[in-house]
Amino acid sequence: MASESLTTTGYIKHHLQNLAFGQHPDGHWGFAHSAGEAREMGFWAIHVDTMFWSILLGALFLWLFRKAAQRATSGTPNGLLNFVEWVVEFIDDNVRGSFSGRNPLVAPLALTLFVWVLLQNTMDLVPVDWIPHTTQLLGEHVLGLDPHHVYMKVVPTTDPNATFGMSIGVFLLTLYYSLKMKGPVGFASELTMQPFQANNVILKILFIPVNFFLEFIGLVSKPVSLSLRLFGNLFAGEMIFILIALLYSGGIFWAVLGGVLQWGWAVFHILIVLLQAFIFMVLTVVYLDMAHHEH
Amino acid sequence: METALLYVAGAVLLGLAGVGVGVGVGVLGARFLEGIARQPELLPMLRTQFFIVMGLVDAIPIIGVAISLYILFAVVGG
Repeated sequence: MASESLTTTGYIKHHLQNLAFGQHPDGHWGFAHSAGEAREMGFWAIHVDTMFWSILLGALFLWLFRKAAQRATSGTPNGLLNFVEWVVEFIDDNVRGSFSGRNPLVAPLALTLFVWVLLQNTMDLVPVDWIPHTTQLLGEHVLGLDPHHVYMKVVPTTDPNATFGMSIGVFLLTLYYSLKMKGPVGFASELTMQPFQANNVILKILFIPVNFFLEFIGLVSKPVSLSLRLFGNLFAGEMIFILIALLYSGGIFWAVLGGVLQWGWAVFHILIVLLQAFIFMVLTVVYLDMAHHEH
Repeated sequence: METALLYVAGAVLLGLAGVGVGVGVGVLGARFLEGIARQPELLPMLRTQFFIVMGLVDAIPIIGVAISLYILFAVVGG
C-alpha cells in the first residue's frame, strides 16, 4: 500500500489513529485531521469509529440472538438455532462452574460480554486495508475530503477506550454487589482487616493502613489488567497485520510472501481472538463471584 | 544516538518479553503435560484451565511486544 507519497511510518501511524470528533482549541467542533489535533482536543474527544463499530456489532449480536430466541421450537432446530443454543450452553456451563452465588444477572452479562468482545475481536481478521481504504475512497470522492485525514480503525478492542469502558462497567458492578452482599461494614472490613490479622486492638488499628494499601491495589488492578490484557493482545495482533501488509509494497515476491504470512498469522490469531473473549468473560464471572463471597 | 537508543530499547523490550513468556508458558506446559500423563481422564478440564492461565501469562509480554514493534517501526522511522 505504501506509495511514494506515503512512508512506512506514515502508513503505520495512519492505521493506528482513531477518527476523533471533538472541540478544536479555537472552539468549533469537528473531526481531527491529525494525531496532534486529536491530542489537543483533550478528554472530551470521542472516537467515532470505535463507537460506530462496537455499537454496530452489539446491535448485530442482539438482533441475531433475538431472532434465534423468537424462532426457538421444540422440534428440530436449524443452523442458527443450533449455533445460538451451543453458545448459550457453553456460557451456562462456565458460569455454573465458576459462579456459586445466586444472581440472575451474571449469566446474561457473561453471554453479552463474550459474544460482543468476540465480534469486536473478529474485526481484526478482516484484512487491514479493506475498510479503512474504502472509507478513504468514500471520503475523497463522495465527501471531497483529503484522504490522508480520513481515519478508520475498525477493531474497537484495539482502542483502550473501548476495553476500559467495558472493564470499568464490570468494576462498578463488582463494587455494587460487594456493597450489596456484604454491606458497607463488611466490604470495609474486607479491605482493611486482611491479609494481616491480629487479636490485639492496637495492632489491628496499626494494620489497617497496610492492609488497605495492599487490598486497594488488588481492587484497582482488576479492571486495569482486565482491559489492558484485551487491548494489548488485539493491539499486538493488529500491529503485526499492519507490518505484514507493508510487504505488499516491495514487489511481487514480497507481496506473495506477505499474503501467505497474513493468512498464517490470521489462522494463529483466531486462537487469540477466541481466547481473549473467553478470558474476559471468565474473569468477569470470577470477579463477580468474589464480590458475592464473604471471607 | 537517540535513534540507536530507541532501537536498543525496542530490542530489549521484545527480547525480555520473549524470555518471560518462554519461561512462563514453558513451566505451564510442562505441568500441563505432567498432569495429563498422570490422569489422562482430566484432559478436557485441564485444557480449559491451561488456556485460561496461558492467556493470563501471555498478556503482559504481548503488550510489551506490541509496544516494542511500535517503537521499532513507527517511532524510530518517524
